[in-house]
Amino acid sequence: MNRPLAWGLQAVLYGAFAAFLGYFSTSPAFAPLPPDHALIRLSLNHAGQRKFPCRTRTAEELAKLAPNMRAAEDCPRERAPVRVSVELDGRSVADIEARPAGLSRDGASVAYRRIPVPAGTHRLRVALADDAAGTFDRVREEAVSLPPGRVLVIDFEPGKGGIVLR
Amino acid sequence: MAAPAIALPAPGRAAAAVERVDALFDAAFGQGLNPLRHLGALGYHFLWICCASGIWIYVGFDTSATGAWASLDAMDRGEWPLGAFARALHRYSADALVVVTLLHLAREAARRHYAAFRRFAWLTGLFALALLFLAGINGYWLAWDQLAQWSLTATIEWLDALPVFDGSLARNVIDDGQVNDRFFSLLIFVHIGLPLALLGALWAHVQRVSPARTAPPRALGWGTAAMLAALCLAKPVALMPAADLAFLPARIPLDWFYLFPHVAMASLGPAGLWAATAAFFAALAALPWATRVPRAPAARVNLANCNGCARCFADCPYDAVVMVARTDGRHHPRQAQVDPMLCAGCGICTGACPSSTPFRRGETLATGIDMPQAAIGELRARLESRTAALTGTPRVVVLGCRWSAPAATLEDASTACVEFLCAAMVPPSFVEYALRAGADGVLLAGCREGDCEFRTGTALAAERLAGARKPALRPSVPRERVRQVHAGITDAAALRAALDDFRAALARLGPRAADHPHPPKRQESRHG
Repeated sequence: MNRPLAWGLQAVLYGAFAAFLGYFSTSPAFAPLPPDHALIRLSLNHAGQRKFPCRTRTAEELAKLAPNMRAAEDCPRERAPVRVSVELDGRSVADIEARPAGLSRDGASVAYRRIPVPAGTHRLRVALADDAAGTFDRVREEAVSLPPGRVLVIDFEPGKGGIVLR
Repeated sequence: MAAPAIALPAPGRAAAAVERVDALFDAAFGQGLNPLRHLGALGYHFLWICCASGIWIYVGFDTSATGAWASLDAMDRGEWPLGAFARALHRYSADALVVVTLLHLAREAARRHYAAFRRFAWLTGLFALALLFLAGINGYWLAWDQLAQWSLTATIEWLDALPVFDGSLARNVIDDGQVNDRFFSLLIFVHIGLPLALLGALWAHVQRVSPARTAPPRALGWGTAAMLAALCLAKPVALMPAADLAFLPARIPLDWFYLFPHVAMASLGPAGLWAATAAFFAALAALPWATRVPRAPAARVNLANCNGCARCFADCPYDAVVMVARTDGRHHPRQAQVDPMLCAGCGICTGACPSSTPFRRGETLATGIDMPQAAIGELRARLESRTAALTGTPRVVVLGCRWSAPAATLEDASTACVEFLCAAMVPPSFVEYALRAGADGVLLAGCREGDCEFRTGTALAAERLAGARKPALRPSVPRERVRQVHAGITDAAALRAALDDFRAALARLGPRAADHPHPPKRQESRHG
C-alpha cells in the first residue's frame, strides 16, 4: 500500500477511535427513573425495643453472682425487629421487617428500599413497629407532592418526632 | 516436512480470526505499528496520560464536598490553566484505557494466552481490570455533580446488597447533610489509592516477561496522544448541575465505558449484578484450568556444553532462564538454569546458545540448552537430509516457525522445509550451514512483525541475521541469499508469494554452488 493511502487510513482509524470514545463517553443518555416518576427512598437505622422484658432477680440469684455483677434486673440483650409499612394512596408499596444487627441480635435494625412512584400528589402513610408484639404505634400520614425526579427520603429519628419525611 | 518430535497444541481458530482483524490494521499502520499488537503498551500509555492529567486537575481541585463542584466549574470556565483540557484528557484517556484493556484481554484469550507459564500474567491482569473499573467509577464521584450523585448512590446500593452492609451504607447518601467533607475526603483518598493499587497490579502483571513492553512505538504513542488532544478540543467534557440528593435528573449523559454496571443493575438488581460480576471474573479466572492448553516441554540445560555465556538468559522472553553458580566444577563461573514453570518451550534459548552451531564435529549435535520436543541435533540431521535431497533449482531451504504460516505446503523438488519452534530458535549458523550444504538461498519464516507467539522471537531473529545481536550471522554470508519473511498462520498465500519472489531473485543471482562448492566442514566448538 502506498504511503499517502496508508496515512489516510490511519487518519480514518484514529478518527473512528476518537469518535467512538467521544460518543460513548456521554451517549446514549440514561434515564435513572421512568418518565414522570419520582423516587421514595426509605432508609432507617433504629434499634428496636428489647424483645423480652427485664426480670427482677431473686435474692438467691443475686447471691450467686459476683459482687460487681449484682444488677437488680436481668435484661436479655435481644431486640425486636423493626417493621415498616409504607402505603401510597392506600396501596402497600413496602412492608419491611429489619432484623437487629449483631450475633446476639442486640444492634440497630437497618433498612433501605428504593421505591419509584408516579409523580404527582399522593397520600403517603408510613407506620413503624419496634416492639416484640409488632405494634404499629408510630404512624405518619400526609399528602405529599412529588414532581418528576423528586427524591423523598423516609427516615426515623426519635429526637425529631419519629418518622421524618424530607 | 520435518516435524518436531513431540506434537504441540496448534494455533486455534480464534487466533486465526485475530490475525484476520490484524490484517485490516496492518494495511494502514504496517505490521510493526499495528496498534492491536501494542494493546498492553497502549494501556500503560493511556494510564500515564490519565495520571498526569489527574495530578494537574488535583492541584486546582477543591477537596471539600461543598467546593469540589465549584472548583471544577471554575476550571471549565478557564479559571485554572488548561483545566478544561486536562479534565477532558483525564476522561478520554481513562476511556481509552478501558477500551485497549478489554481488547487486550479478548485478544490474549482468543490466542489462548492464559494457561501454563502465562497463568500468573492472566490472573494479575484480571485483578488489574477490576481495580481499573473501581478506580474509574470512583473518579466520577469527585465532581459531585448529578452524575456523581447517581453513580455514588448506585454503587452504594450495590454494596449494600452484601449482608455485611445490609443497607447501612446508604445512610451516607440519603441527603446532602450526610455527604460532608470527611466523607468526601475518603472518596478522594480512594481515588488516589485505587490507581496506586492498579500500578502495583500492573507491575506484577509484567513480572514474568522480559523485556516488558510498557511503552508503545513512538509513532503510535504520538498518534494516540494527538488523537486524544483533538478529541479534547472537539468535545470538552461538561459538568452536570451540582449534586442535589433531593432530585434525580431525567436523563444522565453516561460514560458507558465505566458506568454501564449501574445500568445493568437497573435491570438485574443489586444481587443480579453481584452474580453477573462474580460469574464474569470467576469464568475468566478459571480459564487457565478449565481449558486444556498443554504445557510445552521445558528447555533442558546440558552442562557439558554450557559455558555460562548468559545469552539464553538475555534472550529468554519469559525470564525462565537464570544464571547460577557452577555446579559441575568446570572453570566457568556460571551456568544456565531453567525454571520449568516459567518456560514457554519456545526454543529461543537454543537459538541463542553458541553451542548450537551445526558446524560442530560429531554425529550428534548437542548444545548447551536444548528442547526435548525439537532437539537441535535432530534439526541439523533433517536439514542435511532434506537439503541433500533437493534436485531442482534454485534450491531453497525454508526454516519455518510452527506458530506462523505453515511452511510444509511449500516443499517440492527445489524447496526443503525444516520447522523450528520459533524463528528465533534458528541459530544463525544454521543459515550459513544450509548455504554450505548446497542451498542457493535460505528463507527464514516467522510470525508477523511484532506478533511473535513468544513475544520477541521475530525481532531477535532479525537482529541476529542483521549481525546486531549475538549469535550473529557471519558477515561473510551473502545477505542477498538470506531473507526473513513475516507470515502469520493465515498468511500461507503470502508466504508462497514471498518464496516465489525470493526464488526469482536467486535465479538472477545464479547457483550458490558455483561460488562455494565445498560441503560444510564441522569443527570443534570453541564455546563448550
